[in-house]
Amino acid sequence: MIPAAFDYVRASSAAEAISLIGQHGSDAKFIAGGHSLLPMMKLRLAQPAVLVDISRISDLSYIKDAGDHIAIGAMTRHMDVEKSPVLAQHVPLLAHAAGHVGDPQVRHRGTIGGSIAHADPASDLPATTLALGATYVVQGPNGTREIAASDFYKSFLESDLAEDEMLTEIRVPKMNGAGWSFQKFNRRAQDWAIVGVAAWRGANGSGVGLVNMGQTPILASSVSTALAGGSSIADAAALAVADAQPSADNNATVEYRTHLAKVLVRRALEQASA
Amino acid sequence: MEIKVTVNGKKFTSDVEPRTLLVHYVREVLNLTGTNVGCDTSSCGACSLHLDGEAVKSCTVLAVQADGADITTIEGMAAADGTLHPMQQSFMENHGLQCGFCTPGMVMAATSLLKENPNPSEDEVRIGLEGNLCRCTGYHNIVKAVLAAAGK
Repeated sequence: MIPAAFDYVRASSAAEAISLIGQHGSDAKFIAGGHSLLPMMKLRLAQPAVLVDISRISDLSYIKDAGDHIAIGAMTRHMDVEKSPVLAQHVPLLAHAAGHVGDPQVRHRGTIGGSIAHADPASDLPATTLALGATYVVQGPNGTREIAASDFYKSFLESDLAEDEMLTEIRVPKMNGAGWSFQKFNRRAQDWAIVGVAAWRGANGSGVGLVNMGQTPILASSVSTALAGGSSIADAAALAVADAQPSADNNATVEYRTHLAKVLVRRALEQASA
Repeated sequence: MEIKVTVNGKKFTSDVEPRTLLVHYVREVLNLTGTNVGCDTSSCGACSLHLDGEAVKSCTVLAVQADGADITTIEGMAAADGTLHPMQQSFMENHGLQCGFCTPGMVMAATSLLKENPNPSEDEVRIGLEGNLCRCTGYHNIVKAVLAAAGK
Protein backbone atom coordinates (compact mmCIF):
# COMPACT_ATOMS: atom_id res chain seq x y z
CA MET A 1 0.00 0.00 0.00
CA ILE A 2 1.31 3.40 -0.99
CA PRO A 3 -0.26 6.70 0.11
CA ALA A 4 -1.92 8.95 -2.45
CA ALA A 5 0.39 11.62 -3.82
CA PHE A 6 1.09 14.66 -1.65
CA ASP A 7 3.55 17.52 -1.42
CA TYR A 8 6.12 17.41 1.35
CA VAL A 9 7.66 20.33 3.18
CA ARG A 10 9.94 20.32 6.19
CA ALA A 11 9.82 22.77 9.10
CA SER A 12 12.83 23.58 11.24
CA SER A 13 10.96 25.49 13.94
CA ALA A 14 7.47 25.58 15.43
CA ALA A 15 6.93 29.07 14.00
CA GLU A 16 7.88 27.88 10.51
CA ALA A 17 5.61 24.83 10.85
CA ILE A 18 2.64 27.01 11.84
CA SER A 19 3.34 29.39 8.97
CA LEU A 20 3.53 26.48 6.51
CA ILE A 21 0.31 24.88 7.74
CA GLY A 22 -1.36 28.31 7.53
CA GLN A 23 -0.31 28.65 3.89
CA HIS A 24 -1.69 25.26 2.91
CA GLY A 25 -4.88 25.30 4.97
CA SER A 26 -7.14 22.38 5.69
CA ASP A 27 -5.56 20.11 3.06
CA ALA A 28 -2.31 20.02 5.03
CA LYS A 29 -1.34 17.84 7.99
CA PHE A 30 1.60 17.85 10.35
CA ILE A 31 3.63 14.65 10.36
CA ALA A 32 5.93 13.75 13.25
CA GLY A 33 6.84 10.06 13.63
CA GLY A 34 4.01 9.25 11.24
CA HIS A 35 2.98 6.05 13.00
CA SER A 36 -0.67 7.07 13.23
CA LEU A 37 -0.91 9.18 10.09
CA LEU A 38 0.96 7.04 7.55
CA PRO A 39 -1.11 3.88 8.17
CA MET A 40 -4.25 5.99 7.71
CA MET A 41 -2.87 7.49 4.50
CA LYS A 42 -1.99 4.04 3.17
CA LEU A 43 -5.58 2.96 3.77
CA ARG A 44 -6.89 6.24 2.25
CA LEU A 45 -8.57 7.09 5.54
CA ALA A 46 -6.56 10.29 5.34
CA GLN A 47 -5.56 11.99 2.12
CA PRO A 48 -3.74 15.25 2.88
CA ALA A 49 -2.49 17.26 -0.09
CA VAL A 50 0.51 18.51 1.86
CA LEU A 51 2.55 17.06 4.72
CA VAL A 52 4.48 19.44 6.93
CA ASP A 53 7.24 17.40 8.55
CA ILE A 54 7.83 18.62 12.09
CA SER A 55 9.92 15.66 13.24
CA ARG A 56 13.20 17.54 12.75
CA ILE A 57 12.30 20.37 15.13
CA SER A 58 14.90 19.14 17.60
CA ASP A 59 14.25 21.86 20.20
CA LEU A 60 10.81 20.27 20.74
CA SER A 61 12.39 17.02 21.95
CA TYR A 62 13.11 17.30 25.67
CA ILE A 63 12.05 16.16 29.13
CA LYS A 64 12.63 18.84 31.79
CA ASP A 65 11.99 19.11 35.49
CA ALA A 66 9.96 22.32 35.82
CA GLY A 67 9.36 22.30 39.58
CA ASP A 68 5.84 21.06 40.23
CA HIS A 69 5.59 19.39 36.83
CA ILE A 70 7.65 17.74 34.12
CA ALA A 71 7.66 19.51 30.75
CA ILE A 72 7.87 17.20 27.74
CA GLY A 73 8.50 18.49 24.23
CA ALA A 74 5.90 17.31 21.74
CA MET A 75 8.53 15.71 19.48
CA THR A 76 9.86 13.48 22.27
CA ARG A 77 9.67 9.88 21.09
CA HIS A 78 7.87 7.17 23.04
CA MET A 79 11.19 5.37 23.58
CA ASP A 80 12.67 8.49 25.19
CA VAL A 81 9.61 8.91 27.43
CA GLU A 82 9.80 5.23 28.39
CA LYS A 83 13.50 5.41 29.30
CA SER A 84 13.60 8.85 30.90
CA PRO A 85 15.15 8.79 34.41
CA VAL A 86 13.36 12.09 35.18
CA LEU A 87 9.97 10.56 34.39
CA ALA A 88 10.86 7.30 36.13
CA GLN A 89 11.39 9.34 39.28
CA HIS A 90 8.56 11.86 39.05
CA VAL A 91 5.88 10.45 36.70
CA PRO A 92 6.52 6.71 36.58
CA LEU A 93 2.98 5.97 35.31
CA LEU A 94 3.65 7.90 32.09
CA ALA A 95 7.06 6.30 31.48
CA HIS A 96 5.52 2.86 32.02
CA ALA A 97 2.55 3.55 29.74
CA ALA A 98 4.86 4.84 26.99
CA GLY A 99 6.61 1.46 27.11
CA HIS A 100 3.31 -0.18 26.14
CA VAL A 101 2.72 1.85 22.98
CA GLY A 102 3.04 -0.38 19.91
CA ASP A 103 6.40 -2.16 19.91
CA PRO A 104 10.06 -1.05 20.09
CA GLN A 105 10.24 -0.17 16.39
CA VAL A 106 7.10 1.97 16.70
CA ARG A 107 8.44 3.61 19.87
CA HIS A 108 11.64 4.57 18.01
CA ARG A 109 9.54 6.74 15.68
CA GLY A 110 6.26 7.71 17.34
CA THR A 111 6.10 10.85 19.50
CA ILE A 112 4.08 11.78 22.57
CA GLY A 113 2.86 14.93 20.84
CA GLY A 114 1.75 13.03 17.77
CA SER A 115 -0.14 10.52 19.86
CA ILE A 116 -1.97 13.22 21.83
CA ALA A 117 -2.73 15.44 18.83
CA HIS A 118 -4.10 12.40 16.97
CA ALA A 119 -6.60 12.10 19.86
CA ASP A 120 -7.31 8.42 19.36
CA PRO A 121 -9.39 7.10 22.29
CA ALA A 122 -7.70 3.71 21.81
CA SER A 123 -4.19 5.14 22.30
CA ASP A 124 -2.45 4.80 25.64
CA LEU A 125 -0.96 8.25 26.19
CA PRO A 126 -4.06 10.46 25.74
CA ALA A 127 -5.88 8.60 28.54
CA THR A 128 -2.74 8.42 30.69
CA THR A 129 -1.99 12.15 30.51
CA LEU A 130 -5.70 12.83 31.08
CA ALA A 131 -5.62 10.72 34.27
CA LEU A 132 -2.51 12.59 35.41
CA GLY A 133 -4.17 16.00 34.99
CA ALA A 134 -1.76 17.14 32.28
CA THR A 135 -1.86 20.49 30.50
CA TYR A 136 -1.08 20.75 26.81
CA VAL A 137 0.67 23.82 25.39
CA VAL A 138 -0.28 24.67 21.82
CA GLN A 139 1.20 27.30 19.55
CA GLY A 140 -0.62 29.16 16.79
CA PRO A 141 -0.04 32.20 14.63
CA ASN A 142 -1.02 34.49 17.51
CA GLY A 143 1.02 32.88 20.25
CA THR A 144 0.60 30.03 22.69
CA ARG A 145 -2.25 28.86 24.89
CA GLU A 146 -2.62 26.14 27.50
CA ILE A 147 -5.40 23.57 27.35
CA ALA A 148 -6.23 21.24 30.23
CA ALA A 149 -6.24 17.64 29.03
CA SER A 150 -9.81 17.41 30.35
CA ASP A 151 -10.86 20.14 27.85
CA PHE A 152 -8.79 18.93 24.91
CA TYR A 153 -10.57 15.87 23.53
CA LYS A 154 -13.74 16.73 21.63
CA SER A 155 -14.74 13.67 19.62
CA PHE A 156 -13.28 10.68 17.78
CA LEU A 157 -9.84 11.83 16.52
CA GLU A 158 -10.93 15.42 17.15
CA SER A 159 -9.32 17.79 19.60
CA ASP A 160 -9.48 21.44 20.56
CA LEU A 161 -6.49 22.13 18.27
CA ALA A 162 -7.29 24.62 15.51
CA GLU A 163 -6.06 23.82 12.00
CA ASP A 164 -3.20 26.28 12.32
CA GLU A 165 -2.19 25.30 15.84
CA MET A 166 0.50 22.85 16.85
CA LEU A 167 0.93 20.99 20.12
CA THR A 168 4.37 21.91 21.44
CA GLU A 169 4.59 20.79 25.07
CA ILE A 170 2.95 18.40 27.50
CA ARG A 171 3.08 19.41 31.17
CA VAL A 172 2.52 16.57 33.57
CA PRO A 173 2.21 17.19 37.32
CA LYS A 174 4.70 15.27 39.45
CA MET A 175 3.14 12.27 41.13
CA ASN A 176 4.90 12.91 44.45
CA GLY A 177 5.13 9.23 45.30
CA ALA A 178 1.48 8.36 44.57
CA GLY A 179 0.73 4.72 43.84
CA TRP A 180 -0.08 3.89 40.24
CA SER A 181 -1.07 1.16 37.84
CA PHE A 182 -1.39 0.70 34.09
CA GLN A 183 -3.66 -2.09 32.88
CA LYS A 184 -3.82 -2.93 29.20
CA PHE A 185 -6.01 -5.74 28.00
CA ASN A 186 -5.38 -6.80 24.44
CA ARG A 187 -5.37 -9.88 22.26
CA ARG A 188 -1.84 -9.63 20.92
CA ALA A 189 1.28 -8.01 22.39
CA GLN A 190 1.44 -4.95 20.14
CA ASP A 191 -2.30 -4.33 19.69
CA TRP A 192 -4.28 -1.36 20.84
CA ALA A 193 -6.00 -1.98 24.15
CA ILE A 194 -9.48 -3.50 23.99
CA VAL A 195 -9.76 -1.66 27.29
CA GLY A 196 -6.95 0.10 29.14
CA VAL A 197 -6.75 1.83 32.49
CA ALA A 198 -4.17 4.35 33.74
CA ALA A 199 -4.66 5.10 37.43
CA TRP A 200 -2.89 6.81 40.32
CA ARG A 201 -3.85 7.27 43.94
CA GLY A 202 -2.07 9.41 46.51
CA ALA A 203 -2.41 11.92 49.30
CA ASN A 204 -4.03 14.46 46.93
CA GLY A 205 -6.68 12.17 45.55
CA SER A 206 -6.73 9.92 42.52
CA GLY A 207 -7.03 9.91 38.76
CA VAL A 208 -8.37 7.19 36.48
CA GLY A 209 -8.11 7.34 32.69
CA LEU A 210 -9.85 4.86 30.42
CA VAL A 211 -8.51 3.76 27.03
CA ASN A 212 -10.92 2.77 24.26
CA MET A 213 -14.07 3.30 26.30
CA GLY A 214 -15.73 5.99 24.17
CA GLN A 215 -15.26 8.47 21.36
CA THR A 216 -12.55 10.21 23.38
CA PRO A 217 -10.16 9.11 26.12
CA ILE A 218 -12.27 9.06 29.28
CA LEU A 219 -11.58 10.51 32.72
CA ALA A 220 -13.46 8.28 35.16
CA SER A 221 -14.27 11.14 37.55
CA SER A 222 -17.03 9.19 39.28
CA VAL A 223 -14.49 6.64 40.48
CA SER A 224 -12.24 9.34 41.98
CA THR A 225 -15.20 11.12 43.59
CA ALA A 226 -16.33 7.87 45.19
CA LEU A 227 -12.84 7.15 46.53
CA ALA A 228 -12.58 10.67 47.94
CA GLY A 229 -15.94 10.10 49.65
CA GLY A 230 -14.63 7.00 51.38
CA SER A 231 -15.94 4.27 49.06
CA SER A 232 -14.17 0.94 48.97
CA ILE A 233 -12.14 0.08 45.88
CA ALA A 234 -14.76 -2.45 44.84
CA ASP A 235 -17.60 0.09 45.14
CA ALA A 236 -15.60 2.78 43.32
CA ALA A 237 -14.60 0.39 40.53
CA ALA A 238 -18.27 -0.47 40.00
CA LEU A 239 -18.62 3.13 38.74
CA ALA A 240 -15.89 2.62 36.10
CA VAL A 241 -18.20 3.18 33.15
CA ALA A 242 -20.34 5.95 34.67
CA ASP A 243 -18.43 8.53 32.59
CA ALA A 244 -17.80 6.30 29.55
CA GLN A 245 -19.70 5.55 26.35
CA PRO A 246 -18.18 2.29 25.13
CA SER A 247 -19.02 1.02 21.68
CA ALA A 248 -18.77 -2.42 20.11
CA ASP A 249 -16.19 -3.54 17.55
CA ASN A 250 -14.69 -6.79 16.26
CA ASN A 251 -12.88 -7.35 19.55
CA ALA A 252 -15.58 -6.68 22.10
CA THR A 253 -19.27 -6.06 22.64
CA VAL A 254 -20.41 -3.14 24.78
CA GLU A 255 -21.24 -5.58 27.60
CA TYR A 256 -17.78 -7.18 27.46
CA ARG A 257 -16.03 -3.79 27.39
CA THR A 258 -18.11 -2.64 30.36
CA HIS A 259 -17.21 -5.77 32.30
CA LEU A 260 -13.51 -5.43 31.43
CA ALA A 261 -13.42 -1.77 32.49
CA LYS A 262 -14.84 -2.55 35.92
CA VAL A 263 -12.42 -5.43 36.47
CA LEU A 264 -9.39 -3.51 35.21
CA VAL A 265 -10.23 -0.39 37.23
CA ARG A 266 -10.53 -2.53 40.36
CA ARG A 267 -7.18 -4.20 39.64
CA ALA A 268 -5.57 -0.83 38.90
CA LEU A 269 -6.86 0.72 42.12
CA GLU A 270 -5.76 -2.29 44.16
CA GLN A 271 -2.27 -2.03 42.69
CA ALA A 272 -2.15 1.77 43.07
CA SER A 273 -3.30 1.52 46.67
CA ALA A 274 -0.91 -1.25 47.70
CA MET B 1 12.48 15.39 -3.99
CA GLU B 2 16.19 14.72 -3.66
CA ILE B 3 17.38 12.70 -0.69
CA LYS B 4 20.86 11.76 0.45
CA VAL B 5 21.27 8.62 2.53
CA THR B 6 24.02 6.29 3.58
CA VAL B 7 22.99 2.66 3.22
CA ASN B 8 25.28 -0.11 4.45
CA GLY B 9 28.17 2.35 4.39
CA LYS B 10 27.58 3.58 0.83
CA LYS B 11 26.29 7.05 0.02
CA PHE B 12 23.33 7.45 -2.32
CA THR B 13 21.60 10.51 -3.76
CA SER B 14 18.16 9.79 -5.20
CA ASP B 15 15.16 11.66 -6.50
CA VAL B 16 12.03 10.15 -4.90
CA GLU B 17 8.35 10.94 -4.80
CA PRO B 18 7.37 12.12 -1.30
CA ARG B 19 4.98 9.17 -0.99
CA THR B 20 7.73 6.59 -1.56
CA LEU B 21 7.99 4.36 1.49
CA LEU B 22 11.47 3.66 2.79
CA VAL B 23 11.02 -0.09 2.27
CA HIS B 24 10.17 0.46 -1.41
CA TYR B 25 13.13 2.80 -1.81
CA VAL B 26 15.49 0.22 -0.34
CA ARG B 27 14.05 -2.71 -2.29
CA GLU B 28 13.19 -1.15 -5.64
CA VAL B 29 15.61 1.74 -6.05
CA LEU B 30 18.66 0.28 -4.29
CA ASN B 31 17.73 -3.33 -5.14
CA LEU B 32 18.37 -4.45 -1.57
CA THR B 33 15.59 -7.03 -1.41
CA GLY B 34 16.63 -8.67 1.86
CA THR B 35 14.24 -6.33 3.67
CA ASN B 36 10.83 -7.92 3.23
CA VAL B 37 7.32 -6.48 3.03
CA GLY B 38 5.01 -8.62 5.13
CA CYS B 39 1.85 -7.05 6.49
CA ASP B 40 2.49 -3.52 5.17
CA THR B 41 0.67 -2.16 8.24
CA SER B 42 3.55 -1.85 10.76
CA SER B 43 2.44 -4.98 12.58
CA CYS B 44 4.73 -7.83 11.46
CA GLY B 45 8.23 -6.35 11.55
CA ALA B 46 9.48 -8.12 8.38
CA CYS B 47 10.53 -4.71 7.00
CA SER B 48 12.65 -3.79 10.05
CA LEU B 49 15.94 -2.08 9.31
CA HIS B 50 18.20 0.26 11.26
CA LEU B 51 17.68 4.01 10.89
CA ASP B 52 20.55 5.81 12.62
CA GLY B 53 21.25 2.65 14.60
CA GLU B 54 17.71 1.85 15.77
CA ALA B 55 15.25 -0.69 14.40
CA VAL B 56 12.26 0.86 12.65
CA LYS B 57 9.51 -0.51 10.42
CA SER B 58 10.42 0.78 6.98
CA CYS B 59 6.87 0.29 5.63
CA THR B 60 5.80 3.15 7.92
CA VAL B 61 8.60 5.60 7.21
CA LEU B 62 8.72 7.83 4.14
CA ALA B 63 11.99 7.79 2.22
CA VAL B 64 12.01 11.61 2.47
CA GLN B 65 11.85 11.30 6.26
CA ALA B 66 15.08 9.26 6.10
CA ASP B 67 16.91 12.02 4.22
CA GLY B 68 20.39 12.37 5.75
CA ALA B 69 20.10 9.16 7.74
CA ASP B 70 22.51 6.28 8.14
CA ILE B 71 20.62 3.11 7.23
CA THR B 72 21.64 -0.51 7.71
CA THR B 73 19.74 -3.36 6.09
CA ILE B 74 20.29 -7.09 6.51
CA GLU B 75 22.72 -6.95 3.56
CA GLY B 76 24.96 -4.66 5.62
CA MET B 77 25.22 -6.90 8.67
CA ALA B 78 27.94 -9.34 7.57
CA ALA B 79 31.55 -8.16 7.36
CA ALA B 80 33.09 -7.30 3.98
CA ASP B 81 34.79 -10.71 3.84
CA GLY B 82 31.45 -12.46 4.31
CA THR B 83 31.86 -13.24 8.01
CA LEU B 84 28.36 -13.26 9.44
CA HIS B 85 27.30 -10.79 12.12
CA PRO B 86 27.27 -12.60 15.50
CA MET B 87 23.45 -12.39 15.50
CA GLN B 88 23.24 -14.01 12.06
CA GLN B 89 25.70 -16.69 13.17
CA SER B 90 23.64 -17.31 16.28
CA PHE B 91 20.40 -17.64 14.26
CA MET B 92 22.20 -20.22 12.11
CA GLU B 93 23.63 -22.19 15.02
CA ASN B 94 20.36 -22.22 16.93
CA HIS B 95 18.16 -22.83 13.91
CA GLY B 96 16.36 -19.56 14.63
CA LEU B 97 14.37 -19.75 11.41
CA GLN B 98 12.00 -21.96 9.53
CA CYS B 99 10.77 -20.45 6.24
CA GLY B 100 13.09 -17.47 6.66
CA PHE B 101 10.66 -14.71 5.67
CA CYS B 102 10.68 -12.97 9.06
CA THR B 103 14.41 -13.58 9.60
CA PRO B 104 15.90 -10.34 8.24
CA GLY B 105 13.47 -8.31 10.36
CA MET B 106 14.10 -10.53 13.39
CA VAL B 107 17.87 -10.10 13.07
CA MET B 108 17.55 -6.32 12.73
CA ALA B 109 15.13 -6.05 15.68
CA ALA B 110 17.25 -8.39 17.81
CA THR B 111 20.50 -6.48 17.21
CA SER B 112 18.72 -3.21 18.04
CA LEU B 113 17.34 -4.84 21.20
CA LEU B 114 20.81 -6.00 22.36
CA LYS B 115 22.22 -2.54 21.70
CA GLU B 116 19.64 -1.09 24.12
CA ASN B 117 19.72 -4.00 26.55
CA PRO B 118 22.96 -6.03 26.14
CA ASN B 119 22.05 -8.51 28.86
CA PRO B 120 18.32 -9.32 28.50
CA SER B 121 16.40 -12.03 30.30
CA GLU B 122 14.39 -14.50 28.25
CA ASP B 123 11.23 -12.50 29.07
CA GLU B 124 12.90 -9.28 27.93
CA VAL B 125 13.86 -10.90 24.63
CA ARG B 126 10.28 -12.09 24.09
CA ILE B 127 8.83 -8.67 24.92
CA GLY B 128 11.60 -6.92 22.99
CA LEU B 129 10.61 -8.83 19.85
CA GLU B 130 6.88 -8.15 20.27
CA GLY B 131 6.94 -6.17 17.04
CA ASN B 132 8.08 -9.11 14.93
CA LEU B 133 5.83 -11.96 13.91
CA CYS B 134 7.01 -15.42 12.81
CA ARG B 135 4.10 -17.16 11.09
CA CYS B 136 5.97 -20.49 11.26
CA THR B 137 5.73 -19.84 15.04
CA GLY B 138 9.45 -20.50 15.35
CA TYR B 139 9.79 -18.21 18.33
CA HIS B 140 11.45 -20.70 20.67
CA ASN B 141 14.65 -20.98 18.65
CA ILE B 142 14.61 -17.30 17.73
CA VAL B 143 14.64 -16.42 21.43
CA LYS B 144 17.36 -19.02 21.99
CA ALA B 145 19.44 -17.47 19.20
CA VAL B 146 19.12 -13.96 20.65
CA LEU B 147 20.04 -15.16 24.14
CA ALA B 148 23.04 -17.03 22.70
CA ALA B 149 24.14 -13.91 20.81
CA ALA B 150 23.94 -12.02 24.12
CA GLY B 151 26.37 -14.55 25.56
CA LYS B 152 23.85 -16.59 27.53
